[in-house]
Amino acid sequence: MTEFSFINAFSGGVMIGFAVILMFLGNGRITGISGIVGGLVKQEKGQVSWRVIFVLSLIIGGAIYPFLWGRELPVQLDSPWFVYVIAGLLVGFGTRTGSGCTSGHGICGLARFSTRSLVATVTFIVTAALTHTLVNVITG
Amino acid sequence: MESTDKGLPFSNLLVIITSGILFGLGLSVSEMVNPARVLGFLNILGPWDPTLIFVMAGALTVAVPGFQYARLMHKPFLAVSFSIPGKKDLDKKLILGAVIFGIGWGLAGICPGPSLVALNSLDMKVVWFVLAMLAGIVAHDKFLPS
Repeated sequence: MTEFSFINAFSGGVMIGFAVILMFLGNGRITGISGIVGGLVKQEKGQVSWRVIFVLSLIIGGAIYPFLWGRELPVQLDSPWFVYVIAGLLVGFGTRTGSGCTSGHGICGLARFSTRSLVATVTFIVTAALTHTLVNVITG
Repeated sequence: MESTDKGLPFSNLLVIITSGILFGLGLSVSEMVNPARVLGFLNILGPWDPTLIFVMAGALTVAVPGFQYARLMHKPFLAVSFSIPGKKDLDKKLILGAVIFGIGWGLAGICPGPSLVALNSLDMKVVWFVLAMLAGIVAHDKFLPS
């Protein structure tokens, strides 16, 4: 893995920031990915097409990255496949139960100064760090 | 933004597409699309990768003034009203959900946004994750409908 780049991290973050305020100031919507995907699964009337278009645009963003930045999309997956199945189930179930994920609570919620989002964000970051550390200890 | 049978107005559509692409590019540029980076941040005892902190800082530098400015607006530029989560109280579901999500996030280093962008890698592990995530959402709607 390449070294940490402050410029890439911060400027990528700024782009995400612009993405969420564009959606909020323009369309009045919170850009929470778990919420957007959740509404897709639920198939709320009149609320499906914009979610599909957003998800496709999100994926296209990653698809054009290598052409714009001249670099391969960095995706490194070191665990066996079943870990991703278990993790996916928990992430899907948990984000819907807790009404949000890293984007909805961690960015939009914090930017709105929402107490619920602050509590959720601290909770999932601490839980994730403990989980990862525990797995590291167990598997060596 | 009101979806009607006539479909989305072009201006709303443009916002959705621009926002989605910008978000996908941002996750790629910041390398949050890379689970190894995220796990590096969660690795509090070992060599620590601060990337996620700077991504959050970059995002909030823009998002905080944006969302606070919205308080001065009566309505969004291209919609009838703001859709804001109504819940204010800290209930058990919020904490329980955040803990379950945290365990999943800590296991794989993937959260919903990056999982979709990472589909571009065509790695079957990402496909497994996304399918399982959808199953998790369906399970929630079945067992814990709100």
